[in-house]
Amino acid sequence: MWTSDLSDLLWMVSISTCVKVLLVPSYHSTDFEVHRHWMAITNSLPVKEWYNDETSEWTLDYPPFFAWFERLLAVFASRVDPRMVDLVEGLNYATDTVILFQRSTVIAADCVLYWGLWRFCRKFTAEKQRLLYAAVVFSPGLFMVDHIHFQYNGFLLGILLLSLSCLREGRNVTGGFWFAVLVCYKHLFAVAGPVYFVYLLRHYCRGTSWFWNFMRLGSTVITVVGLAFGPFVYYGQMGQVLKRLFPFGRGLCHAYWAPNFWALYNTVDKVLSIVLRKLGKDIPGPKAAMTGGLVGDSSGHAVLPNVTPAITAMLVLLAMLPCLVRIWRRPRRSEVVQWVVYAYTCGYVFGWHVHEKAALHFVVPLSLLIADSVDAAGDFLFTSTVSYYSLFPLLFKSREYPIKVSLLLLYVFVMGIYLPHYFGNLSPDNLSNTCVESEEPDESTSDKSRSGTRWTMISSLQEVELLGTCRKLYLCGLLPLEIYSQLLHPYLFKDRLPFLPLMLVSVYCSVGLFYAWAKQLSACFNQPKPDIHFQM
Amino acid sequence: MGPPDFQHKGRATSRNIKLEKAKEKERANAAAVKSDHTVEWSWPYTSRYRSTCFLVLGFAFLLRYLVSLHSYSGAGTPPKFGDYEAQRHWMEITVNTPVEDWYRNTTDNDLTYWGLDYPPLTAYQSFVHGSVIEALQPEAVALHTSRGFESPSSKMLMRWTVLSSDVLLFFPAVLWFINEFYSDYREKQRVWALAMVLLHPALMLIDHGHFQYNCISLGLAIAGAAAVVSKRELWACVLFPLSLNHKQMSAYYAPAFFAHLLGRCFQKNNLYKSTIAFVKLGVTVILTFAVCWWPFSESKETALQVLSRLAPMQRGIYEDYVANFWCGTAMVFKWKQLFPMAFLAKLALGTTVSACLPSMVQQIYAPSRKGFLYSMLNCSLAFYFFSYQVHEKSVLLPIIPASLLAIEEPQVLQWKLPTWFVAVSVSGAAVLHLMYFRLHPPRKYPFLFEALIMAYTFAHFVPLALYTNWKQWLLPKDTPVKQKLT
Repeated sequence: MWTSDLSDLLWMVSISTCVKVLLVPSYHSTDFEVHRHWMAITNSLPVKEWYNDETSEWTLDYPPFFAWFERLLAVFASRVDPRMVDLVEGLNYATDTVILFQRSTVIAADCVLYWGLWRFCRKFTAEKQRLLYAAVVFSPGLFMVDHIHFQYNGFLLGILLLSLSCLREGRNVTGGFWFAVLVCYKHLFAVAGPVYFVYLLRHYCRGTSWFWNFMRLGSTVITVVGLAFGPFVYYGQMGQVLKRLFPFGRGLCHAYWAPNFWALYNTVDKVLSIVLRKLGKDIPGPKAAMTGGLVGDSSGHAVLPNVTPAITAMLVLLAMLPCLVRIWRRPRRSEVVQWVVYAYTCGYVFGWHVHEKAALHFVVPLSLLIADSVDAAGDFLFTSTVSYYSLFPLLFKSREYPIKVSLLLLYVFVMGIYLPHYFGNLSPDNLSNTCVESEEPDESTSDKSRSGTRWTMISSLQEVELLGTCRKLYLCGLLPLEIYSQLLHPYLFKDRLPFLPLMLVSVYCSVGLFYAWAKQLSACFNQPKPDIHFQM
Repeated sequence: MGPPDFQHKGRATSRNIKLEKAKEKERANAAAVKSDHTVEWSWPYTSRYRSTCFLVLGFAFLLRYLVSLHSYSGAGTPPKFGDYEAQRHWMEITVNTPVEDWYRNTTDNDLTYWGLDYPPLTAYQSFVHGSVIEALQPEAVALHTSRGFESPSSKMLMRWTVLSSDVLLFFPAVLWFINEFYSDYREKQRVWALAMVLLHPALMLIDHGHFQYNCISLGLAIAGAAAVVSKRELWACVLFPLSLNHKQMSAYYAPAFFAHLLGRCFQKNNLYKSTIAFVKLGVTVILTFAVCWWPFSESKETALQVLSRLAPMQRGIYEDYVANFWCGTAMVFKWKQLFPMAFLAKLALGTTVSACLPSMVQQIYAPSRKGFLYSMLNCSLAFYFFSYQVHEKSVLLPIIPASLLAIEEPQVLQWKLPTWFVAVSVSGAAVLHLMYFRLHPPRKYPFLFEALIMAYTFAHFVPLALYTNWKQWLLPKDTPVKQKLT
């Protein structure tokens, strides 16, 4: 049985690997040099110097496990070309060999993603597996961020998938272990910490042996974290490490505003300041704030109150609160993926200095939910299209333009064709399993009305409507937006107002993603799904 | 009340028959869907045929674009660079010199440096592309000064000229062909057929990696084949000569087109009608040629000068290592030393024609849609094996009809042979490939691995050619493709 579904995965992986290999000579961002330099740091310096080194402006600002990962890569790198891992000689060293080597480490590290994906799907039906495989393996975001822009998100998301698959199976300690590992690789993933904490506390640490379970879980997590940070505590460098990991001096928004709540906030602020200035009020000029949007907004807001990191943290927690309450009351493993996704969405929408790449943190796990219901599939198609589109400014060179457009279009096409087909083809038996959450599992509903709902669902599923008119219109709006920012704007304004197209993209996408967040929030108040019993 | 009743009954029975047929079709479809479920992806081919075709086209474009990100042959290697420089130089010449000087050695046109040696349509195409590039980046096609000009932006422009030709000409031609030839096949198979041709790595690598414009001549040839298959013979007589006038290599298909169209003429009721049909076709071909050669027709010398450029006899019967008969036997039989060049040319002509003959005779005698495609494959293989001065890139010409036929002929062309055979063959190729990249050949035979690879592929091609010739002869007089599934 497992050989057949593995062969499906291998087919898709080989197709996507072909594309990745062909992408080797494409544009890479400064992150390429960042990762090369980290290899050099970890290879040339003793552990206690890792977080102190300032040879290059690209200081090590990921947690220790990632540093060790770079150390491992450096072992191979020093055999390929020793200059690559030289602290000083290697600076900005990017020959074809170096590019090929670094690109292939990303491609190889994606194996963890495929492992996590396979583990998550291994108990599903073949059809469902294929759907999820395709949704993750062909994700244009991963191609764009990892294989063009250059990062290791596929690898990290693989660890997240491992953790989620363990939680879904009820292996709470292993799930917690993987999550701790993940956070020690990239601390941005810690946003889901509260969800993990409440869920594990309520789902695992209960019953008669709750105390021992709590101790077991706690010792696992502490061991992992201790392994990662212990050496630095020993050297008395924790303060330095934390300073590197949380550079709050960077400002509320990144150079290009990630399409979140703060993009809307900034826009409202700018519009208000312009309007008030026109009205004759004495408002600090919008010009500084505008360019501030380009270089790393630290100039503050003109009209609206300034935002501090503490406020954003409070907002993220506040946004997560309904979900935490719900998990506290009903910790269910059938829903845990959904809440982790929600936590990352909150972090993205309200977080401090969010980078647009962080969209991957919630879109990729969100794709694991698409086979659950037509509604979830529609939400995914919408959210993924908007957030992948919002990644476009990341690849700003004209050479990569056709690549990002065709990657996104092909993905939307595959999903847009295959999802309705998948739901339209489900037999009634499967439907009752997969779409049960729209029915009420209450005892009060009689069997008769239940079968009634089911039948209406089946007949409506023959013509599956994924998005609905409003969302379709919104997505179609991306096209004129893109045409404006690529063609009309340079034509109309030449070199003036260079930030306007980016701002428009950011604001337009933030409306969509804010909606996606609100939709997920509303799910917190839905009737709960019955817990998974058909597995194992 | 007899007749109306009878009529009614008749109508009812005919309706019944229709219903039954529809039911049968449904059942067949259901069975097909079921088997899809268990074996492979159940992709909604039928309901969303157009979108799925678009998906294939989009993926084909993406792959082509990704290949074009890489380097081309001869990049940064003076003095002659590679085919990229040849094409760029042709743009330089056609944009900056008058038409009659394009094929002539002048002070501005040094024929020893990548002189034009393709037919006029290539020259016009170079002129069009060159004009576009001149408008956007004049220094890339400036006379004399632009030799070996390579900049990231000019490379991207050049790549886009190939990409756009491929998308605007090759893609529609293949779509047309698939929709005509496989019109009675299940949509799923049509999508696969489309993917077989569009995702073929050879064409992608040669056009978008190595740098050439085969997509134009092959696209025109495929469009000609689509016209033949859809019985638009006059269109075929326009499109195929255009292909021939873009790249003389298309002559590999000429016997197939000639034989099939001649056979179709003979199918008419009487000799008079046959002659009329033949004359019509002939006049169309001649007119097409005349239009293509118009600028060079002012004097006999100009035309002859162009012609002499197209047939470079001095190059010898074989060069490098091509998996054909002359190279394959050269290990034991030193053709070049044994015979004079003129004799070898005649010998090559004779063997090529006789290798094409069986396939041609079959098509003259029994022209059919399927047979025509087999004939294209057989004749191009015959040319590849025996003709004079074959380049290894010429293998594209047999590849195209082979991949167009892939759904018809899954055993051989989709490699659905016994597993042990496929395993042995593929691992043999892998071993040869590894040897080629990893081992140093003995000093006495510096080209040992090339020769081995050539012999290995030739050993595969010969049984293939024999098999496809045999298959063509097994075809009935007019293949009832139309009745195959209904």
